Amino acid sequence: MAMDKHPQPIKIAILAMGGEGGGVLADWIVDLGEHAGHWAQTTSVPGVAQRTGATIYYVELFPKPEAGAAGPVPVLALMPLPGDVDIVLASELMEAGRAVQRGLVTADRTTLIASSHRVYSIHEKSAMGDGRVDAHQLRAHAENAAQRWVCFDMAALAEREGSVISAVLFGALAGVGVLPFSRAQFEATIERAGLGVQSSLRAFAQGFAMSQNPGPITPAAPPPPAATKPTPQNAVLRDCVDQVWDMLDAPARDLAIEGVRRMADYQDPAYARLYVDRLHSVHQVLPQDPQQVMAALARHLALWMSYEDTVRVADLKTRGSRFQRVRSEVGAQDVQLLRINEYMHPRFQEVCETLPAAVGRWLMASPTWRAWGERLFSRGRVVQTNALGGFLLLYMVSALKPWRRLSLRYQLENQRIEAWLALVRQWAASHPALALEIVLCQRLVKGYGDTHARGHHHHDQLLALVTQHGARVSADQLRALRMRPWPMTKAMPFAAPWLRKLGLEPGGRASHVHPQCAHRHAPLGARARGTPRHLHPPGCVCAGNANRFHAHLGVCGPCQPNTPSR
Amino acid sequence: MAERSFVQEVQKLRLGAGEEFVGEGILAVTKALLESGVSYVAGYQGAPISHLMDVLADAQDILQEHGIRFENSASEATAAATLAASVNYPLRGAVTFKATVGTNVASDALANLASGGVTGGALIVVGEDYGEGSSIMQERSHAFAMKSQIWLLDPRPNLPSMVKAVKMGFELSEASHTPVMLQLRIRACHVHGRFTASDNVRAPYALHEAMEQPRRDVSRIVLPPASFVHEQEKLTQRWPAAVAFIQKHQLNEFFDGDANDVGILVQGGNYNALVRVLERLGLADVYGRSRVPIYVMNVAYPVVDAEVLRFCQGKRAVLLVEEGQPNFVEQNVATVLRQAGCTTALHGKDLLPPAGEYTLHEVLKGVRAFAQRYDLLPATATAAVAPTAPPIPKTHKVFALKPLPEVVQPRPPGFCTGCPERPIFAAMKLVEKELGTHHVSADIGCHLFSILPPFHIGNTTMGYGLGTAGASAMNVPAGKKAISIMGDGGFWHNGLTSGIANAVFNRSDNLTIVVDNSYTSATGGQDVLSSKALNPARSTGHLIEKAVRGVGVQWVRTFKRTYDVAGLRDALKEALTSQQPGPKVLVAQSECMLNRQRREKPQVRAQLAAGQRVVRERFGVDSDTCTGDHSCIRISGCPSLSIQTNPDPLRTDPVATVLDSCVGCGMCGEVSHAAVLCPSFYKAQIVSHPSAWERWWDGLRSRLVGALQRRRAQRLAQWAF
Repeated sequence: MAMDKHPQPIKIAILAMGGEGGGVLADWIVDLGEHAGHWAQTTSVPGVAQRTGATIYYVELFPKPEAGAAGPVPVLALMPLPGDVDIVLASELMEAGRAVQRGLVTADRTTLIASSHRVYSIHEKSAMGDGRVDAHQLRAHAENAAQRWVCFDMAALAEREGSVISAVLFGALAGVGVLPFSRAQFEATIERAGLGVQSSLRAFAQGFAMSQNPGPITPAAPPPPAATKPTPQNAVLRDCVDQVWDMLDAPARDLAIEGVRRMADYQDPAYARLYVDRLHSVHQVLPQDPQQVMAALARHLALWMSYEDTVRVADLKTRGSRFQRVRSEVGAQDVQLLRINEYMHPRFQEVCETLPAAVGRWLMASPTWRAWGERLFSRGRVVQTNALGGFLLLYMVSALKPWRRLSLRYQLENQRIEAWLALVRQWAASHPALALEIVLCQRLVKGYGDTHARGHHHHDQLLALVTQHGARVSADQLRALRMRPWPMTKAMPFAAPWLRKLGLEPGGRASHVHPQCAHRHAPLGARARGTPRHLHPPGCVCAGNANRFHAHLGVCGPCQPNTPSR
Repeated sequence: MAERSFVQEVQKLRLGAGEEFVGEGILAVTKALLESGVSYVAGYQGAPISHLMDVLADAQDILQEHGIRFENSASEATAAATLAASVNYPLRGAVTFKATVGTNVASDALANLASGGVTGGALIVVGEDYGEGSSIMQERSHAFAMKSQIWLLDPRPNLPSMVKAVKMGFELSEASHTPVMLQLRIRACHVHGRFTASDNVRAPYALHEAMEQPRRDVSRIVLPPASFVHEQEKLTQRWPAAVAFIQKHQLNEFFDGDANDVGILVQGGNYNALVRVLERLGLADVYGRSRVPIYVMNVAYPVVDAEVLRFCQGKRAVLLVEEGQPNFVEQNVATVLRQAGCTTALHGKDLLPPAGEYTLHEVLKGVRAFAQRYDLLPATATAAVAPTAPPIPKTHKVFALKPLPEVVQPRPPGFCTGCPERPIFAAMKLVEKELGTHHVSADIGCHLFSILPPFHIGNTTMGYGLGTAGASAMNVPAGKKAISIMGDGGFWHNGLTSGIANAVFNRSDNLTIVVDNSYTSATGGQDVLSSKALNPARSTGHLIEKAVRGVGVQWVRTFKRTYDVAGLRDALKEALTSQQPGPKVLVAQSECMLNRQRREKPQVRAQLAAGQRVVRERFGVDSDTCTGDHSCIRISGCPSLSIQTNPDPLRTDPVATVLDSCVGCGMCGEVSHAAVLCPSFYKAQIVSHPSAWERWWDGLRSRLVGALQRRRAQRLAQWAF
C-alpha cells in the first residue's frame, strides 16, 4: 500500500480573479481529462470572491485503469495541499505571486504558467504617486519557486485574437506538455465547448506557440541618452538646445531638451528661452557635479511652467493627433463613427485666472461678481469636441494662447516659480541635498480643482518651513514631510518632534514676520493646537492686511462663505 | 433572471434509471430530490445552494410534470415554515438555504417543526459557507441540529454519497418522525462528479389532496400539554427509532485497516481530505485503502453510541477529525467512551486546530502528529512528506528579492465594472467632505463592499436586511443623523418590517438608503418583488417606494439613475439636513450591471449581425491632461479604471486609464463633474452601421474640424524638433 505502487493524480490549481473565466478553464481541463480516459474532479469556492476578488479553482485528474471505468474509484481532494501541486495556472502576475506565497509552487515538481500582465490591486491604483509593485520582484519570486516557469503577456494575445485569457492559458498548458494529452485532444475540447470556438482556437494556438519560448526576465533599462544633438529650425530654440547641450550631461540634458520641446509646444520659443535661463540661474550657483539636482529641476521646472490652465487643456483636447489617439484607444474602426464627449467643469476661479490679471483679481475680490460667477459655473458641462459647436468653443479658448502671459494664472504661477527657484538657488551652493528636496516639492502640485489646491497648500507649507528655518530643516526631514499624505495639518503632529528640535514648539512662542508679505505668523503647527494659523506662501501677493490665505486662489483676502481655505 | 442560466443542466433532471449524471454536486442533490418523490421544494438563495434554486426555477415544466410545487421563499424562515405541510400529511418536502445565516433566520420555524415532528419526510438542505471564501460569521449548523433535535447528515463529498444521503434522509425522517438536515460544504456543492441516476418518482399523495381533505392532530401542535409530551417523545421514541434506522441501513461507514490498534473517526465531509493526507503519509493508497481503520460519520448527529464503542473496541487510541468549534462530537464521543468504561485514548482538537477550516495542510499536521505518537510512521516517511511551508526565496541572480508579503497585495472582492452601487458610495464620500463623517449601519449584500478600499464606509453589519435595525439606538437628538444601507434583497427579506416599520414606529429621524438593483445580486441575481423583469412564475414590479409609504414613511425619494452622482449627493444632503421628523428613505435605483450585461450583450451582438445601427459607449482618460494624482480612482475603485505607465517622458507617476472592459456606465464622468476632479475624462460613442445622412454630416464636420486642426498643427510643426 505504499504510495508509489499507484500512479498519482495530476494536481492542477488555477488562480484567477472572479469573473475572469477561471471556471471555464477548469471545465475545459475536466472535459479534456474525461475524454482521455481519466477520472476528473474540479471544485471551487465561488461566493463573494466571484466579485472581482482573488479565487482558486482546483482540478485533479487520475488515469482510469485499462479495464475502463470499472475497478476502484480514486478518492480525489477538493483543495490543494501546499507543496503537492503539479501545475499552477495564474491569470495574472500577482496571482502567480499569491500561488507562491500559499506554498502551491515548489521547485521539485511545479510547472507555473502565468500571464505577465498586471491587473493592479486597489492599493496600487489609489496611491497618490506611483504605488505599483515591482513586477520583476513577482517574476523573480515565481521563477525561483517553480521547477518550470512559463510567463508571457496572455492578456495582449487574448485581446488580439478577440478571445479570453483562459484560452491562451489552455494553449500554454498544452504547449508545456506536462499533461499526457495531445494538442489535438486539447483543441477538440475547445470545439466541444462550442462557444466562440474559432477565436478560442486562435488564442489557444498563440498560447501554445509562446509557451515554447517565453521572453526572459530583464529589468527595464533606462532609455539610452540622446546621442546626437537635435537641431530645431527655429533659431531661438536651436540656441536653447545648444546652451542645454553645453550646460548639462545625460540624463539631465535629455530631460532639459524635452523641457525645451515642451515649452515650445506649450507657448513659444521665447518661453523655452525663459525655461533655459531659469535652469542656468540655478546651474551656475551649484557646486561640482550638479547633475542630480539639475535633472530633477529640468523635469519639475518644465512641468510647472507647462501648468494645465484652461487654454492648455482646450489646446490638447482639440488636436488632431489626440482625435487619432482616442480612435485607436477605444478601438473604433474606420467604418464606425466616433463621438468624443469631454467632461469639463471650468470653475469661476479658473475662468478668472484666464482673464487679464487685474480683471481676474477684481472679479474674484468682488462678492457680487463672485457669487454670480460661482453660480454660473457651478455645474459641469459635457462638450462634444468633434462636433462643430463644441470644437469651435474649445478652439477659441485655446486661441487665447498668445495672451497667456497677461493672465492672472500666469502671474500667480510665475511668482510661485520664482520664489521656489529663489529658495533652490539660496541653498543650492551650501546644501545641494536640501535644494534637491526643495525642487522635488513641485511633485506635490498635481491635478485640478481641490486636489490641485491641496497640493499647492502642502507645497507652500513646506517651502515656508524652509524659508523660516533654512538649513535647520534637513533634506531627510523635508523628504519625510513631502511623503506624508496631505493635507499638511495631518502631517503636522508627525512633524512636531522635529519642529520642536528646530526650537519651534507647535503653537509655541515665537511668531515672526514673513519675508515677502510682512505679516505676522503664528508658528507652524499652531493649527494643530486649534489656534488660528496664518501661513503665507513664498511670494505671497497679499498686502499683509488680509486675514486668510486661500491656497487655491494663491491670494489672501476676506473669507468667502463657500471658499475652502485649503 | 438569475446570473447563470441552467437550460442545459435542467435536461439532466430528466435522466432515467441506469443513465449517468455528470455535473455539479448541488445539481445532483436536485436530481436526487426528484428521485425521492418530493411534493414541494422551497428555499432562499445564497452561496453555495443558489444553483439548486436557480436550476429549479429554470425547470418549472419538469416540476409540473411531477406535480412538484417550487417556492422562492421570502426568507429562510418562510422556507422552514413551508415544511409544515409534512406535519399532518404524507408529503415529502425539502427546503434549502445557506448556513449558518439561513439557519439562524429559520430557527424559530425549525424548532416548532422539530417539536411536533413530521409525518412526511422533511429535508433541510443547508449549504455550509464555511472557510475559504466565506462571507459570513464562522459557526456550525450542528448546534441547531442538537438544540432542536434535527438529525444532521454530513455525507462524503462525492456525488453517489450525497445522492444516497438525500434519499436516506427522507426515509430516516419518516422512520423517526423527525426533520433531517443535510449539510453540504461549499466545495462539495460545487464539486464536479458523476453518479448513476434512477427514474424520477411522482409523489403518491398530492398537495391538492391535502388542501381538499385537510387533516389535523392537535397533539402535533406546539402548545402545552403537547409541547411537554414532544420533549419526552423526542428521547423515548424518535431518537431510538433514528438510531435503529441508521444502524440497519449502515448510514455510517466502517473501513478496516491492518493497523487496527488505532483508528480515525471522521465527519463524512472531511473524508476526502483525510484520505489524501493518509496517502501523502504513506498510510493509504489513492483509492482510500487505508492501513488505519476509519469510521466515517455520515450522520453527524445523533452519534450512534454502539457504533462508536464497536469501532474503539480494543484500540489504543483514536483520532476524531471534526471541523469547526465547539467540538460537539468530540465531547459526545468522550462521554460515550467514559460511560462505557472504555480505555481507548481519544484525540481530536488537541492534535488538530481547535478552530478554523480543516485545510489539507492542517489535517496533515494533525494526522502526522497522531501517527508519530502511535508509531505508524518511520522517521523517513515524515521526511518524504512534501513541504508544507512556502519555499524560502533564494536571492535572485539579477537583484535582491523583497519578502513576498511585501509584493503580493490582498485582492479583496469589490464592486463589478459599472456597478450601480459604486456611485452611491462615491456620492456618500462627497457628502462626507461637506457634512463630515456619519455613523453608517451597513447590511448584507454586494453593497457591503463599501467597507473596503477605496470607500471605507460602514461601521457595523448585523445581518441580512438589518441595516436600518442596526441604527435603531442612534435615535436621540444629535447634530448628525445616522445612515443605514439596505439592499432590495434584504428589504423584502425582512428589512421593511425590522428596519423601516420599526423606524416609523419608534419615530426615528435617520436616513435609510435602499439599494434597489432589481435582483438579490450577491446571491446570483435572483428576482425579488421589486424586480422589473417579467417573470412568468412570479409576481414582480412591486415598488419599494409604495411599500415604504405603506408603512408610514413620509420622506421618500426614488432615484432612478444612481450614476447621477451629483444628484445623489444633493439628495443625500437634503435627507441628512432635513428638519422634517420621521425616517427618511432614499431608494437608489439602477439595474445590476452584471445581469444587465448578460441580458443586453446577446441583443447587441444580434443587432450588429443584422447590420442595425448600434452605439457603444465607453470612457477614456487623456494621458496628456491626466497629472497622475489618482483622485478619480480613490473615489471610484472601478475594475476598468486602472493605471498605466506615463507616456510623458517628463512625468514619472502612472496616469489613469480606462480598460476596454469599460461598459460606459458614466460614473467616471459624473464623478469628475461632481467632485470637480479634472478634465481628462471623455466619453467615446462608437456608432456602428451609421445612417447615410449621419456619415455625410460626419464627413463634412470632420473636414472642417480637420482643416482647423491642420492649420494649428503646421504652426506647431515649425517649432517641433
